[in-house]
Amino acid sequence: MFEIGLSHYLFVAAALFTIGVFGIFVNRKNVIIILMSIELVLLSVNINLVAFSAYLQNLEGQIFAMMVLTVAAAEAAVGLAILVTYFRNRGNIAVEDINQMRG
Amino acid sequence: MLAAIAFYVLAAIAVISAFAVIAARNPVHSVLFLILTFFTAAGLFVLLGAEFLAMLLVVVYVGAVAVLFLFVVMMLDVDFAELKQGFLSYLPIGAIIALALFAELALVASASMSANGAPIAVAPSGQTEITNAEAIGLVLYTDYLLVFQLAGLVLLVAMIGAIVLTLRHRPGVRKQDISAQVGRKRSEGVELKDIRPGQGLG
Repeated sequence: MFEIGLSHYLFVAAALFTIGVFGIFVNRKNVIIILMSIELVLLSVNINLVAFSAYLQNLEGQIFAMMVLTVAAAEAAVGLAILVTYFRNRGNIAVEDINQMRG
Repeated sequence: MLAAIAFYVLAAIAVISAFAVIAARNPVHSVLFLILTFFTAAGLFVLLGAEFLAMLLVVVYVGAVAVLFLFVVMMLDVDFAELKQGFLSYLPIGAIIALALFAELALVASASMSANGAPIAVAPSGQTEITNAEAIGLVLYTDYLLVFQLAGLVLLVAMIGAIVLTLRHRPGVRKQDISAQVGRKRSEGVELKDIRPGQGLG
């Protein structure tokens, strides 16, 4: 109980991952919340990577977590830029209307 | 003991604030809860002995990404109450899938416990002479140099992409045109008039 091990961190990461996926499901209309949910999912992945890195005494996990961090930041920037452009063109950000590129 | 208390407090705050991110009515509150989640995750990283990554998380997420989210949320004039409407209709299916997912993940996580149910202890860090940041620096710029450069390239492409996407040229906006300003001739700007006395410029 008072000995914090690898599995404790894995449980926290699992909870964050689940909340992120749940957020994508219930906020189907709001793109901003969906982007934040993706950030939560990536954060849980980072927690897993760092926990395993500490557990295995191997720094590769932390290097990879930094790469995930980089990609997450790039994804947020590009996603929000697309969102701003879409809002400028359409005047709303409703997800259901984003189907014009469907073949 | 103290580490265990810190872990449980941080984990509880992280999970609760992560839930508040997706449940908050106001998206500004969502962003603020996201910041709280990242702060507590940084605390968890410190507990794991990854101080450098914890500071990186605070700088990158709280300093850059969360502020970006705040800007966009406040700039877009959207009726967020309307966007919240489908929340209840998607709740059952979302809850079922979330429960299934969490059950699977918890199964995998509990498999990492040892046979008698006791958790496998995370090996304590900080026994070595060098700090976490120094250790990362020693491998990041040698063994993982290519990955490091690739991360820079990803950021560059993302930056160019974001600028290209949001840049727009509005017609009819008066802006400074340096080349036109510098390229002016004296003959275009000055005109000499020979004014006769008593007649004016008529």
